[in-house]
This record gives sequence, C-alpha cells and structure tokens, in this order.
Amino acid sequence: MFQQILGAITAVVIALVACFAYFWGTNWLLDRFLSSDGASGKDIIRRDRARNRIRPWLFVGPALLFVTVYLIYPVFETLRLSFFDKFGQKFIGFDNYTWAFNDGVFWQSAFNNLGWLVIVPALATSFGLIIAVLADRVWWGNIAKSLIFMPMAISFVGAAIIWKFVYTYRGPGIEQIGVLNAIVTALGFPPQAWITVPYLNSFLLMIILVWIQTGFAMVILSAALRGIPEETLEAARIDGASEFRQFFDIMIPQVWGTIIVVWTTITITVLKVFDIVYAMTNGEFQTQVLANLMYRWMFISGDYGRGSTIAIIIMLAVTPIMIWNIRRVRAEVGTA
Amino acid sequence: MTSIALTRPMVSRGRFPRIKLSRIFVHASLLFFVALWTFPTVGLLISSIRDKDQLAVSGWWTALTNSTRLTTARVAEASTQVQEDGAWVVKGNLLGPKGGSQTIESFGITNADVRGTPAGASTAMRDGGQIIVQANGDYVWSSPTPFAYTGGPRIYYVVGSPPRFTLDNYKAVLAAEGIGQSFINSLTVAIPATVIPIMIAAFAAYALAWMRFPGRTLTVVVIVGLIVVPLQMSLIPLLRLYNEIAGALGVEAKGYVGVWLAHTAFGLPLAIYLLRNYMAGLPREIMESARMDGANHFKVFTSMVLPLSFPALASFAIFQFLWIWNDLLVALVFLGAQNDKIVLTARLVNLLGTRGDNWELLTAAAFISIVVPLIVFFSLQRYFVRGLLAGSVK
Amino acid sequence: MSHLQIVNLSKRYGAVEVLKDINLDIRSGEFTVFVGPSGCGKSTLLRCIAGLETISDGTLEIDGEVVNERAPSKRGIAMVFQSYALYPHMTVFNNMAYALKLQKFSKDQIKEKVTAVAATLQLTPYLDRLPKALSGGQRQRVAIGRAIVREPKVFLFDEPLSNLDAALRVATRIEIAKLHESMPSTTMIYVTHDQVEAMTLADRIVVLRAGVVEQVGAPMELYNHPGNLFVAGFIGSPAMNMVPCVIEAAGAAPTVRPVGHAPVRVVAAVPADAVGKKGTFGVRPEDLSLTTGAEAIFRGKAELVEHLGELTLLYVDVGNPGQPVIAKLDGNVPIKRGEAIALTAPADRLHVFDDKGLAFPRPA
Repeated sequence: MFQQILGAITAVVIALVACFAYFWGTNWLLDRFLSSDGASGKDIIRRDRARNRIRPWLFVGPALLFVTVYLIYPVFETLRLSFFDKFGQKFIGFDNYTWAFNDGVFWQSAFNNLGWLVIVPALATSFGLIIAVLADRVWWGNIAKSLIFMPMAISFVGAAIIWKFVYTYRGPGIEQIGVLNAIVTALGFPPQAWITVPYLNSFLLMIILVWIQTGFAMVILSAALRGIPEETLEAARIDGASEFRQFFDIMIPQVWGTIIVVWTTITITVLKVFDIVYAMTNGEFQTQVLANLMYRWMFISGDYGRGSTIAIIIMLAVTPIMIWNIRRVRAEVGTA
Repeated sequence: MTSIALTRPMVSRGRFPRIKLSRIFVHASLLFFVALWTFPTVGLLISSIRDKDQLAVSGWWTALTNSTRLTTARVAEASTQVQEDGAWVVKGNLLGPKGGSQTIESFGITNADVRGTPAGASTAMRDGGQIIVQANGDYVWSSPTPFAYTGGPRIYYVVGSPPRFTLDNYKAVLAAEGIGQSFINSLTVAIPATVIPIMIAAFAAYALAWMRFPGRTLTVVVIVGLIVVPLQMSLIPLLRLYNEIAGALGVEAKGYVGVWLAHTAFGLPLAIYLLRNYMAGLPREIMESARMDGANHFKVFTSMVLPLSFPALASFAIFQFLWIWNDLLVALVFLGAQNDKIVLTARLVNLLGTRGDNWELLTAAAFISIVVPLIVFFSLQRYFVRGLLAGSVK
Repeated sequence: MSHLQIVNLSKRYGAVEVLKDINLDIRSGEFTVFVGPSGCGKSTLLRCIAGLETISDGTLEIDGEVVNERAPSKRGIAMVFQSYALYPHMTVFNNMAYALKLQKFSKDQIKEKVTAVAATLQLTPYLDRLPKALSGGQRQRVAIGRAIVREPKVFLFDEPLSNLDAALRVATRIEIAKLHESMPSTTMIYVTHDQVEAMTLADRIVVLRAGVVEQVGAPMELYNHPGNLFVAGFIGSPAMNMVPCVIEAAGAAPTVRPVGHAPVRVVAAVPADAVGKKGTFGVRPEDLSLTTGAEAIFRGKAELVEHLGELTLLYVDVGNPGQPVIAKLDGNVPIKRGEAIALTAPADRLHVFDDKGLAFPRPA
C-alpha cells in the first residue's frame, strides 16, 4: 500500500526532474550552439534572431504536445469516427446522426439536457447573487459564504450520495430516514420514491448541481459586487432609491457582465454533467442526459460510432460559448 | 443626565424598529440559505457515526434522542418452569444477553396491544397466569397451575435505546469495502497529476505572456478554446490510442501512467490560461530590468516569474488536485475498476450499486471521500477563491 | 569614455512612426535630458538606447560601435525605471547584487561592491529588507544603487521622480545632480516631462515633439533662444505670450506690429524678404512690466489678478477674448480687476517667429 504511494512520489520526482532537465537542457543547448559570443557582425544578429525565434517554442513545446495529442487530435478523430460504424472501420456517412435523430432515448436525453441547461444556471446564479448580497450585510457573512461555498470541494459522486440520502424512501407507515420524505410525511402526505418519479426526479438531480454551483456563482458575484463604487449606491440613496431599487437599478446593471460570465461557466459544467446522473440513476426513470448516454454507447455497448456522434453533438452545443470566449480573450491579448 | 435619558428613547422609537426588521430579515434569510446548504452534509456526517441499527430505523435528526422500535420475543419453554411459593413460574429476559442499555417501555401479548401495559406492570396471558416485564427485560410469568404449552408465546414490546455513536462504520468501509485501498489509489492518481502539469504550464504561460513570436496569439486562442472542449470528445480516440500503444509494448492499457498523462493534458488549458493571465499582470519593468541586468528568458523565468507567480501556482494546484480527486469519468475510462486501482469516486458508485440501502456504509464511505477536499478547501480557501476569480472574471 | 551617437534613427510600430529620423550626439560624461509632452517619443527613444525596443531604421553607436542588435545587458547601460522595478521577492542586497551574480562575480566581490554603493546611498541599514518594507525615497535610492553597482558607461533614467511627492522630488533631484558630479565620466540620459527637472539637471536638453527633435541645447540657451514656437511655448512657466503679428521692417531696425496693437521695435535678425509677411510675436510673462508711458506694447483691462505671495500673475484682456496676455509681476502690486493696464518689455527680450513658426535669431 505504502509502496504504491512511494511509487507515486517517485513518479512526481522523476517527472519534475525530467521537466527541469528538458527546459534547462534545451535552453542550455540553444545558448551554447547558437551563442553570439565570439561571433561578429552580421553573424551576431543572425544568431540572436535565431535564438529568439526558437526559444518560445522550447517553452511552449511540451504543453503543445500534450494538448495536441490529448485534446486537438481527439476532436478530429472523434469527428471522423462519428461517420464510421460500431467498430470504427466502415464508413457509413450520416447514419449515426440519422439514428440519433430518430432515437427516442436520444431525444429524451437532449430534452433533459435542455432542462438542466435552463434550470441549473438560472437557479445557481440567482441564489449566488442573493446570498452574495445578503452576506455582505452581516458580520458573519464570511462564515456563511464559506459554508455555502463548501460543496464546491465535494465530488459529484459524494454529493450524489449526500442527496440520495436526503431523497431516500421507506414504505408508508415506517419511519422515514430521508429528510425529504420525513418532511412530506410530517405534513401529512404519503412518502414518495422520488428518484423514480419522472421529470420531478430530473429536477431533484439538478438540485444537486445547483447546490454545488451556487457557491461558485456567489464567490464571483460577491467580488464583482464589491467592485461597485460605493458612491453610485450612495448617489442612488440620495436620489431616493429604496434598497430594492438600488439592487435592481444600480447593482445588477453594474455586475451584468459578471453574471453572464458566471452563467456561461455553469452552462459549460452542465453540458458535461455525467457523474451525478451516473451515480444517482444511471439514466433510468427517464433521467438520461447526453454525457451519460455517450458513456453508455461507448463503454457498455462498445459502439465507437454512436458514442462519437453523441460526443460531437455535445461539442456542437458548447461551440457558441467557445467562440464567445475566444473573442473575449482575443480582444484582451490583442491589446496586450 | 436627564436630557440623555429623555432623548434616547425618542430616537430609538423613531428608527429602531424599522431598521431592526430589515436587519432581522437579512439575518434570517441568510441563515435559511446556510442551513439549507449545510443540512445535507451534516446529515451525512452524523449518520456515518451512528449505530447502524439506529440509523436504519430513525432519521439522523433524531440521533440525540432515544430511538424506540417495536419488536417481539418468545418467553422460555414450559420445561424451564420452577415452583416458587406455591406458584409455577417461568423467568427470563426478553432482551437477552445483548440487551445492553436498552430499556423496555411497554409490552403486550399482541402486536396491537404493544403499548397496552407499561414496564413493571402485569398483564394476563392466554395460557393462563400473569406476566410482569421489567424495564430491563426481566420477566416473571407465574400461574397457580403448571404450564403445559409448547413453544413459548410471543411478547410484543416497545424497546428504547439511548443514542449510540460509533466508528464501527468507518472500520467496516475502510477494511471490508476496500475504501482504504481506494483512498491510497486516489492519492496515487492525484499527486503526480497535480504536480506534473504545473511546470509544463508555467513555462508555456511565460512564453505566451512575455515572449513575442509569430503564432503567439493563435496559440493563446487555441488554448482558450480548448478549456471548454468536453472531455467526452477525447475519450474514444485516446482509449483506442492507449490500446494500440499498450498492444505494441505488450503492457496493460489501463494504468497509472496513462491517467497521470491524461489528467496532465486535460488540466493544461486552464492552467496555462490562469498562469498566463497572472504572469501578464506582473510589472513589465521588472522583466525589463532583469533583462538589462543580463538575465536571459530562462533566467527571468526561474528567478523572477516563478517566485512571483506563487499565488497563481498555488491556486491552480488546488484546482487541479480537487478536480482529480473528485473526478470519476477519466479514472473510470483510463484506470478501470480493478480492485487494486479503482479510485474512491468509482468505488463509491460501486458501493451505491451493491450496498444501496446500507446507509451506515455509504455515509461513512462518502465522508472519507470528501474529507480530503474539505481539508484542502478550508485550509487554502484564499488561494482557491483567487484562482476562481482569475479564471473567470478576467 | 562613452560617446553615444544616434544617426537617422526611426522607430515604427506597424504603420505608426513614433520616432522620425532622430540625430543626436551625446558626449561622454554629459547629462542629457529628453523632455517633451507625453506621447512625444522620449521614453521610446530611451528604450531604444537601452535595447528594450528594436530600432526600425538608422544606427545607434556607443563609442563608435553600432549596438543596434546587441542585447541590453551587453551595452554597458544601466537604467532606473519610473516604477523602480525593484524585484519584490529579493532583499535590497539581492536586488543590487542580481546583475553582478549574473555576470559571475565572486561572492566577496559582490559583497564588497554592494556594501560600498549602499554606504554612499545611506542604504546600509536596509540591506536585508524587502522592497515593500521601504519608503518611496528609499526604493528610489535602491533603484539608483542597483544601477550604480553595475558601473555602467551610460546611465538611463526614465521619469524617476514622477512617483515621489513634491518635497521628496526636490531632494532626490538634488541627489541625482550630486551623483552626476561624483561620476563625471558617466554619460547620463534622463527622460522627463517636467521642465523644472530638465532645466535644473541638464547639461543639454533635447526637446521632442511627435517623434521629432525640435531643439537641442543648454537649458538657458533654450530659454533665451527658443528655435521655434513649440520650444518657446514649452520651456518657461507660465508659457510665453504669443500674438499673431505682421512684420513691418527688417534690417537694422526690425519692427513688427502685433495684430491689434501698435508696432514694436525688436532686436532680431529679420531678413528683408520677410517684410509684409505674417508671423508671431512672443514675450515671456516675466519680461513684462507695468508702464504708464507711450512705450507700452499691450494695453487692456485687468481680467484676473492672482496673488501668489512672492509674485502676482496678471491676466490682461487685450481685445482677444480667451487669450489674455499674462504678466508675472512683483508680489505686492496693488491692481484690481477691471483696471486699465499698460505693459511693456525691453526690446532685447522680445521674440519674433516667421510664418512657419521658426524664430528669427536674436543676438546672444
């Protein structure tokens, strides 16, 4: 057991030494073999230029290699496989896509994903905003924020267990050990096996992600709210705006950009959501989502073609956000 | 003196109640949110240290009260009867030797009658005579005529047990359910996969922030684009690639090296983006000054940028560690579910499948899996928040 | 010995030309100040000399050697940055020792040099501190010390005083002047937008505007003999009064007639072919004085009187709304707003510029 940890630490050391050796070594070689010391005139210029042209690529090289093999190449390969059959051998054109668009489960998943896409960012962002505003007004605000932020550290699987326990069900007449059913029965209603009730169950799974992501929204929005110049709020107060008017007329417009960033970031997380559904229902009871459906086709049915097709469809869904991100950053880098 | 005494109530009467109402509203609603957000986790923690029998029959919010349950036991056989003071008597203890600190609250001879007789009182038996059951479970059944029944009749009773907390659940999951092994496996995955990308990302980030070269903007744009590419895109091609390489080398396709490299690559885009933003914000004049002092890019990087970027490196390390520790998909695909390699998250999912109703095991296992991230989170929250802000607001 | 020569130097960012055909000859041991409004290219020129910007065209020579492509650290140059650019994670000692370490000096040598420089700058007690634990003035001295330690041939300052408060600025200015005196063979180039710094520190001032050198000369030369309207307006505060005029006579008794005023006799070499052309008539506020006689150049009403204590600034409306003539008078002049005013100045203090804005030379 401890040998295993030792192995991991050895791996860390080897990796660090290898990294350092690579960076130090290549730079040393570059400086040595393209040194301009002792050269003269035009030669100096030529060698200086060559060094300046090569060095950046030594720095970014390993990173580029990694992302090329693990992220860029797979995008194209997945795209290619989506036009091939189950084993990735026979070209079958758009058959996988036609299958997807005629498949009930696919539409079910896409529909569910749409629900996730609307509900989770909306709830998480608004709760985050409300809590950020409230927490800035009380002395124990930081403790409150810390506690609400805490689920961010918990894995989706851990969260799934926590909430499955909340939703857990015992037959009628027996004492309920799940909080939700305990409340329901205390109010005089019959207990429910929540996880098996279609649509409501999807919503209950979304609650888990909202629970996790609200902390994220809160932290980012809280920072943005602090960035609002105090004078604008004071001016509004002098102009006679109530607390609510101040919130909607002065604060929200000033953090609007941040709200959009938070919203899109959560949207990306939502599109990739897999663990929660996998752990809670594995897509049963009409809770299937695309990421989990892709996993099923790929690793349970062993169908490269259909798995790839669903991956491509998820990719298409995030593409607008990707383009928007790139535009934003490009404007930034362009000016830098 | 008098003027103070006079003015004070006037002031507070005028403004105090209104301010206080809205203040109370703020406090109350925030408290409501905090309770809502912490309740599920608290429930998990409390449940994980409860006695498993108590956990199975009562909600965790009752953990501090006596839990009661209805149960039944047979009295001893007629053959054990003795004669005492002219009566025939059958004696024994309903709770048996394992009764411990449980107490009987009431009893009866039918299920419906279970609350009919309080402990210490007596009730008539169908086979004749009277029975007295004490709170500690001792019963005395006496009759003027000898007993001749076969098979001891049932006594139904309500037994209460005081709250019991135990670490047995943890012992059980750590050893028997393999959570301990998985904990080690998770560490084995997380430590190298957190450290390796930092160096690689830092060098790349420096070049992208401070070196001028053709293709720089394009590289940044590609990196930013890759941040949002879903992992699902990479799984199939990589798995095929791994299988081919493993086949060519004659080794197993699923192993730690493969996971380390995968996590490294998947973490790089965000790492480079975060670090590039941070490094680009370092004062240009410091780099220029170092260059004038004779430092080349490598030297500027190691002696200036790296030490000054410590906060950003720390935030990324925390991110990456939490992300790997909490990851299920990558580990599932590249490491598999063999017993000697399965990580905590995957083990938890398995446990959910096989022990779905053993909440004492599930809660303990889940708590073990979240304790490391919680420690990391609460001790390094500052860096974590800073990283989040740098990663999304800029 | 370090003679700096800049020949036909240009700097372009894409299509934008920020430095145009600069020619400068900076002699060994000279204290040269580049001055000009912001965006004039003075900092870019300094950074070209430092090697932090590449030179698009032309050559930069140090001691007769072209150094266009030479790395900054190999030009024998040290630079004090506007923000000081101290390495925040290094102690004062290590900040000063960094360049020496990179040059592979021995530990003892480094220690000796750094402690010596630290002593002259009164930094000895702070050697183990981090920059954030120092005051602004101390940081400034560390930045200077870091440059001195390297024993550069050329010393570059990029607006080094702009982050200091007014009192400290004066003190540090005096220290820099002393530093120059103590290092007579070191060439110093100093960039500022503040003409007081330029006037007090410089052996020679280079006035730049929009990437072009407008005039080079000793401080008083620029003050007394500005070569064109820009330099005339830039040097001196408040700025020189300028009024459009017509040139009426040349030769031995040159005369100009400021528009709206009587003709004025000036002392300047006005060529005959300038007669009848338009030009600009200039007189510095401090050269004007009150008069009652007929020799008055400007007549008008006192529009605004600013009593500053040691002097009085008088704004006179001379019939050109929005462009009052300013006079710098004694502190105790009893003038009220609206009073009728007549101002005059000695003929040899008057400036005349031709229709292209170039000055007609005045006798030295």
